[in-house]
Amino acid sequence: MTHMLQPEAEWRAHLAEGRFMIQRSRSTGGHVFYPRVAEPGTGAEDLEWVSASGAGTVHAVTVVRKKDPADSYNVVLVDLAEGPRLMSRVDGVPVDVVQIGMAVRASIIIEGDKPLLVFVPA
Amino acid sequence: MSMINGFPRGRAAIVGASTYGIGQCPGVSAVDMAAKAALLALADAGIAMSEVDALYTSAPYEALGGMELAEYLGLTPKVTDCNRTGGSAFEVYVQQAALALEAGLIDCALIAYGSNPASNPPPGVGMTRQSPWEAPYKPLAPLSSYALAASRHMHLYGTTREQLAEVAVAARQWAQLNPEAAVRDPLSVEDVLKARMVSDPLTVRDCCLFNDGAAAVVMVRADRAKDCAKAPIHVLGAAHAVTHREISSMPDLTVTGAAISGPQAFAQAGVRPADIDVAMLYDAFTITPILFLEDLGFCPKGEGGRFVSGGHVAPGGGLALNTNGGGLSCVHPGMYGLFLLVEATRQLRGECGERQIDNARLAVAHGNGGVLSSEATVVLGTAATL
Repeated sequence: MTHMLQPEAEWRAHLAEGRFMIQRSRSTGGHVFYPRVAEPGTGAEDLEWVSASGAGTVHAVTVVRKKDPADSYNVVLVDLAEGPRLMSRVDGVPVDVVQIGMAVRASIIIEGDKPLLVFVPA
Repeated sequence: MSMINGFPRGRAAIVGASTYGIGQCPGVSAVDMAAKAALLALADAGIAMSEVDALYTSAPYEALGGMELAEYLGLTPKVTDCNRTGGSAFEVYVQQAALALEAGLIDCALIAYGSNPASNPPPGVGMTRQSPWEAPYKPLAPLSSYALAASRHMHLYGTTREQLAEVAVAARQWAQLNPEAAVRDPLSVEDVLKARMVSDPLTVRDCCLFNDGAAAVVMVRADRAKDCAKAPIHVLGAAHAVTHREISSMPDLTVTGAAISGPQAFAQAGVRPADIDVAMLYDAFTITPILFLEDLGFCPKGEGGRFVSGGHVAPGGGLALNTNGGGLSCVHPGMYGLFLLVEATRQLRGECGERQIDNARLAVAHGNGGVLSSEATVVLGTAATL
């Protein structure tokens, strides 16, 4: 049986080692996130893991409001420098400071005993 | 077959339409409600249940709901579907039923839905799994996804919270003209702005209801429709587009699949948005009809906020939008798409009492599913539009 890529498991294994990886197609050069077995649109299966630069820009933002304002948190979509967009959170600043267009960089934290990809102001 | 842009224009018609249990419908199951609405729609059409040979439903809590409703009603359908394009499923069913009718595969399609989450809260989570790529960030599902799209629209086009609020206020004013609407007390722009913020920029008043309701429609070919109890409402066009599942994969947060399905459905119908008398556009949140007004071509991209301002989509305004009060003020039991089709049908029949649009001949019903993920547009017309 040929080896099959295990997209999520491999990504999480990298993350647990402190590496934020994304995929790139050798033939098209396109970057892919979230991880999958083929590049969306082309179906290219020649995907390899590459280190993400970690650089990104806030594309959209919302703040989920809680009864205690201290518990409110932001949810953002971040455009990675490599192209793909993902959901995340911007830490390290008050929730209301996060704005569309803000330059951010990736950070791996531990939350609930698990590694989590977040962003902080660049 | 006479197909126009991939659709048999006007050759199938809605001949029965019903709603049931809007607001509160306690003590029964979802399939009880769907069955009741189905019987009402068949009676409205003057068609015996024995004629039904195609069944389309989207059960709220039962993945195999098509079989469930067939069993419940004692039907043996040739076509049974329980598709999973969320609130847009019912507009997709109209497309699929029209094509199956035209092909001669079926002779009578029943589309039915019932759900009572307010009276009978579902145990635990529904039938969708959480995205492993989004869930760790705890977005409110589906609210935060729509909020993210709204944030982008405000950023690019200067859309304001007041303009979002105008959508909720207009819906409420329509609801006040609809005795069946669940929420009819006064609502102002200021009320919406001062309501509890849930996920910026959307307050609780920017969000649709989560109440009980059932609906059904019956479709047959135009020749059979002539013998039904009421004037047939013809399906002039129907098209569908899926662009993503989760909001992080939406190609453009301010352009929905309605920009694909809308122009296709209008081309099939041979009409333009300016010709439409009644627009029923899925209003899960106040941002959604703004996006659909743009994508369907009622106004240019980015102008939706300004379009809805000044009561333009309220009673007496320039465009009759969501005349039943919409998901925001009439009914939203989880998947709202079928109610759009019922209200459009009622308007074109002239059955809408105080909220009736004079001489309504053309209507559009636009369904939305997931998080702006699945968009399906149906253009309906009276016999005069054939």
